[in-house]
Parts: sequence; C-alpha cells; structure tokens
Amino acid sequence: MTLAQWSFDLLLAGGLLWLGWQALFEKRRFSAVVHFMAFNLLMALVWVRLSAPDIALAEAAIGAGVTGALLLTALGRLPSGTSSGAHPHRWHPHWRYLAVISACISTAWLIAVVPQLPSPGLAGEIEAVMPATGVDHAVTAVLLNIRALDTLLEVAVMLAAVVLVWSLGPTLRPLPPATILPGLPALSRLLHPLFLLVPTYLLWRGTHAPGGAFPAGAVLGAGGVLMLLADEVGWMQRQHWQRLLRLLLVSGLALFVLVGLGGLLMTGTFLSIPLGVARLLIMAVEIAMALSIALMLMALYLYGEPGQ
Amino acid sequence: MTETLLNAAGHGLVLVGLLFFLAGSLGLLRFPDIYARLHALTKAHNLGLGLLCSGLALQASALSEAAKMMLVWLLVLIASGIGATLVASTANTCGIVPRQVSRRIRHKRPREPKE
Repeated sequence: MTLAQWSFDLLLAGGLLWLGWQALFEKRRFSAVVHFMAFNLLMALVWVRLSAPDIALAEAAIGAGVTGALLLTALGRLPSGTSSGAHPHRWHPHWRYLAVISACISTAWLIAVVPQLPSPGLAGEIEAVMPATGVDHAVTAVLLNIRALDTLLEVAVMLAAVVLVWSLGPTLRPLPPATILPGLPALSRLLHPLFLLVPTYLLWRGTHAPGGAFPAGAVLGAGGVLMLLADEVGWMQRQHWQRLLRLLLVSGLALFVLVGLGGLLMTGTFLSIPLGVARLLIMAVEIAMALSIALMLMALYLYGEPGQ
Repeated sequence: MTETLLNAAGHGLVLVGLLFFLAGSLGLLRFPDIYARLHALTKAHNLGLGLLCSGLALQASALSEAAKMMLVWLLVLIASGIGATLVASTANTCGIVPRQVSRRIRHKRPREPKE
C-alpha cells in the first residue's frame, strides 16, 4: 500500500469520525441531517475502498439519498421552534462519563478482536459451494441462496416498517410547494428514464457482478421519491389502485416465501433451491424484491396510509 | 507516444479542474449570501467537474469508459442546474433579499436565515 492510499484512508476515517460526531451532537437539526447525509456518502467511499461495491451502491442510494430525503421532509413538517435538539453539554455528567467509558472499552475490544478474525474469512468456503447456487456472483449467491433466510427477514422487516408507518394515520398530502417550482417536475421527468434504466441494468448485472435487488430497488425508489416530491404519483392515493399497490408491496416477500416453501416440498429444507431452477427462481425473486423495495421506500415517504 | 500525450493532457485537465474546485469551495465559504454561494457552486464546481471528467476520460482505457465519465458530468450539470434554481427560488420565497451594493446606498448585509 502506497503512502497516497494510506493518507487517503486516514483522511476518510478522520472525516467519518468528524461527520459522525457532528451528526450526533450538532445542535441544529437541519445541520445534523446534512452531516448525516455527508457521512453516508463518505461511508459509501469507504465501502469502495474495502472493495465492496455492492454495499457502496446500497449505502449511497439508501443511506444518503432516500434516508436523507425522508429526514429532511420530516424536518420540514416539524412545528417551528423545534429546530434545535438537546446539546450533550446539557446531559447529566454521569451519562457523559458512562458514554465516554463505554466508547473507549468497545474501541479497545474491537482493536483486540480484529486480528483474531479468520483470514481470509469465508471466501474459500463460498467459492467451494458456488457451482451449487445457480449464480456466478458470490454476493448474490450468499444473499439469495446460502443465507437466503437473512434476506427474507430483512424484506419482512421493511414491510413491517411500512405497515407501522401506514397505521399511524392517513397520508399527509405533500407540502404545498412554497412557490411554483417548474424545475422539480422537469427534473423528475428528465431523469426518470434513467431511474428506470439503471435498476434494470443493476438487476441484470446481479447474477454475475455487483448489483442485485437491493441497489436496484433503492435507485428505483429514489426516482419514485423524486416523483412523489413533484406530486406526480397520483395513482398511489387513488382508491382504485389500493389493492394492486398492496399486492405489489408484498409481492417480493410473497414470492420469496413461495420459493422457500417450494424448496421445502422438493428437497425437504426450507429455502433450499434445486440447482436446475435456481438461476431462474433467483432472478424472479430479485425482480419482485426490487419492485417491492422501491414501492416500500415510496410508501414510507407517504407518511401514512393512502386512499383514506 | 499518443498514450503518453493523452495521459499528460489528462493529468493537466484534472489539475486545472481541481483548481476550479478549490476556487468554488473558497467562494462557498467566503461569499456573502446564498445567491452568490450558489454561483460558486454551480459555475466553478460544474466547470471543475467537467475538466476533471474530461481529464479522466482522456486516460480511460476504452471509449465506453470515457463516455460514462462524460455522462456523469452531463447528469450532474442537469441536477445541479435545476437544484440551484430550486434553492434560489425557495430562498426568494422565504424572503431572503439578494445583497446589493450600489454606489450611493450601501444596504446592510441581509440577515442569514437561522435555519
């Protein structure tokens, strides 16, 4: 590793720490949210440096893009006068000492434990079972075949989050635009073809290279949130489409569970996919999950149940 | 020979682009109001990014790679142009007056929004 790489990594680590500190302890909420978004962008760079482009894609799209938009909109809906949070200076001293001590202990523990991790990890074992998974990319194989249960539960958690948000009440209609901004609909219309093209490409790529359902769903969802901001997704609010919307929301999870049950019938193990149909089934599950994830991100952004 | 030349030109463009980024960041920190800062961001940074992307495109190994670099620049141009318009018109609606310095009357510096 050259000096330039070392200094870049150090700069990244220092920047992350500083941005994390600012996001947590900045008194003004707006500033904290912006620091949090910058933190996620830098985190995506860290994943690139760790040669994990899959996670970098998801981190940039979900962490900086969608979460940032959610937080900013939530901030815009807060009543005025609540723009400042509590500063840690006002914390009780006991809590401050406790926080510092526990941070020191966990850092020391991490430093002690990291060298003991098996090196080079599980890569060899995954390489050995790759031919039996039906896909050519290790990350996709792990996510959708070897550890499919984890992914299934992740999607279930997302669906539960949508149900929870929707159970809070009817949709908040979009903020009345402070001014007539023709730029926003124009931007969403200009970029939307790309917001459709990129996820398709990511999905197709997922079988043999970094990509797959989560980044694809996140990019599609980010495009959808842009459309929501421009108030161009009227169908999600209409009574007529509610049944289809709910069906699409659960389609990813439902198909995944069906595939799992099919595996149970054919091989006797839940979620074990027979090699002959593995490639096709994984592709189908990925497409359904990408659609579901995109719609879930948009559904979260409605801040309530539509069609009420 | 051509490759060396292209590489050198690429490095030069990247360096000039970095200078524009530096100038834009300085403007973002030092300019007096939101409208002037938007100028620093949209003009200097977009030009800097253009130079940076062209520099990297010159060093790219394939035409498709170079085209992707230029696509990055095009997308950022669209997004930042429209984004700057949105920020400026929202600031205008919120009642932030652009700072104007005339010879006779020197307006006081407009108050920065608290949030």
